[in-house]
Amino acid sequence: MRNNRLAKWLISGPPLLYLLLFFAIPSAIMAFAAFRFPGDYGGLLPLMNVNPDTGKTELLINAGNYADFLTLENFTRFFQEPVFFELFLKSFWYAGLTTVICLALAYPLAWLIARSPKKHRDLLVLMVILPFWSNFLIRVYSWMIILGPQGYFAKSINAVLGVIGIGPVQLLFSHFAVILVLVYVHLPFMVLPLYANLEKHDMNLLDAAQDLGANAWQRFWRITWPLSLPGVWAGAALVFIPALGMFAVPDLVGGTDGIMIGNLIKQQFLDSRDWPFGSVLSIMLTLAVLMLAGLATLIGRGGKRNAL
Amino acid sequence: MHSKQSKWLWGAASLVYLFLYLPLIIVVVYSFNDSKLNAEWVGFTFKWYEILFNDAQMLTAARNTLIIGLVTSVCATVLGTLAGLAMYKYKLRLLPVLVLTPIAIPEILMGVSLLIFFVMLNMTLGLVSIALSHIAFCIGFVAIVVRSRLQGMDESLVEAARDLGATPVQAFRLVTLPLIMPGIIAGALMAFTLSIDDFVITFFTAGAGASTLPLQIYSMIRIAVTPEVNAISTLLMLLTLALIVIASKVAPGAIKAQS
Repeated sequence: MRNNRLAKWLISGPPLLYLLLFFAIPSAIMAFAAFRFPGDYGGLLPLMNVNPDTGKTELLINAGNYADFLTLENFTRFFQEPVFFELFLKSFWYAGLTTVICLALAYPLAWLIARSPKKHRDLLVLMVILPFWSNFLIRVYSWMIILGPQGYFAKSINAVLGVIGIGPVQLLFSHFAVILVLVYVHLPFMVLPLYANLEKHDMNLLDAAQDLGANAWQRFWRITWPLSLPGVWAGAALVFIPALGMFAVPDLVGGTDGIMIGNLIKQQFLDSRDWPFGSVLSIMLTLAVLMLAGLATLIGRGGKRNAL
Repeated sequence: MHSKQSKWLWGAASLVYLFLYLPLIIVVVYSFNDSKLNAEWVGFTFKWYEILFNDAQMLTAARNTLIIGLVTSVCATVLGTLAGLAMYKYKLRLLPVLVLTPIAIPEILMGVSLLIFFVMLNMTLGLVSIALSHIAFCIGFVAIVVRSRLQGMDESLVEAARDLGATPVQAFRLVTLPLIMPGIIAGALMAFTLSIDDFVITFFTAGAGASTLPLQIYSMIRIAVTPEVNAISTLLMLLTLALIVIASKVAPGAIKAQS
């Protein structure tokens, strides 16, 4: 019995300790930092201070400076200035649009892979994952080349637009570019869970429906789609959540007005060095993600129950 | 009617595949283009590769990336395998949460919290802080692969070994370990790829001290599009491809386990 307990600790102890130290504690410190003041030179105001009377180093709280210790100011700032809330809304909109487009592109592909002969399936799935294994920045960069004003693509689009009489548009550094690249880097996350779901469908159901007179449209909306909802929700969560926190894509292809929450967080930590406010933004993002993940699990479960 | 439908679907699917591959093909093609602009095809050249191999900053970044990748891979594989075993064998509450959350949340959150943490500890940001952070987010990926391998294992083999007199440690070393080895190797390769590819967490934990290939690429493409980036991108894609081929040889089924 004692041996078993020892084994349990020997096995689970090291990863537990490591993740406590390098994940749980840093997260807790960040949550704490959201209630602190920024330091004079960026970062955080130190917890220790030299007491001018005694010349000793003391904890702020011991020196009686409670007012300098914790504050709600950072949170009030977030709720009082509409800019921040608007940026959150905009990021939700970007991530949502990305999710919907990914779904529209991924569904036919996943359905087709699931219906193709078994021996081809692994290869077709691998072909979806393969580009996703190239570096993330390379995938963003590839679109910077395509959308660049000197490129063939941008030139031909603008030539076509010129014929209709619409002036040349800038493709790179636009909302359009942000959404397009977000879709590109997240697409496999949608295809894989959808495929995993669609592959398990019992094709006899469709045949039965056809025998009973349902046309292709009805068969899809009344059988395939409801059955695939768990896969849809899983894919939506896998696309929406990382897209919401993205900062590199808007940074590289978004220009000045394509920024998202991630860019603001990065700004607070690296440029204006207001860590407490950066932490508030991070906490808000975390809360949003947790709520969405919970929601997706709930709906996913509900969908499964309804479908079966 | 069916064939007409599937023709449409194949058409749509081919377009999606094209959408996935065309941008990367363009990157590769332009790495051989004799023009600075990455816009029009001018002529064939190896010039950008030459420039790349003489770029001291890029070479240092490549060396850093490899060192961090190897250290991360070894540490995350050991810790992740333990975590996978623990999650398979015992009913635990805290460990699964700690293992899975870093995978589920946007990377930027882990990046900034680790930045605050390291700065509070007065640690100089650099190779060490990057590697420590990479290990933290790779553990989960290894754990998942190893656990799924364990779930697919026939438990009666271990019981048989125990019946025949093997101690728990022997049964693990002689039966369990060889059986889950493909999962462990897949996990190690995955941790290595994740580490050499990581941009976001590295960006926050690197400080001014150390650069990695993704950081180097980022700072280059922020300023201007240059074919030198195409060259390094092409080489990185080849490296990833090689790793996948190795993975499929060493551990067939490993690639499936990852998806």
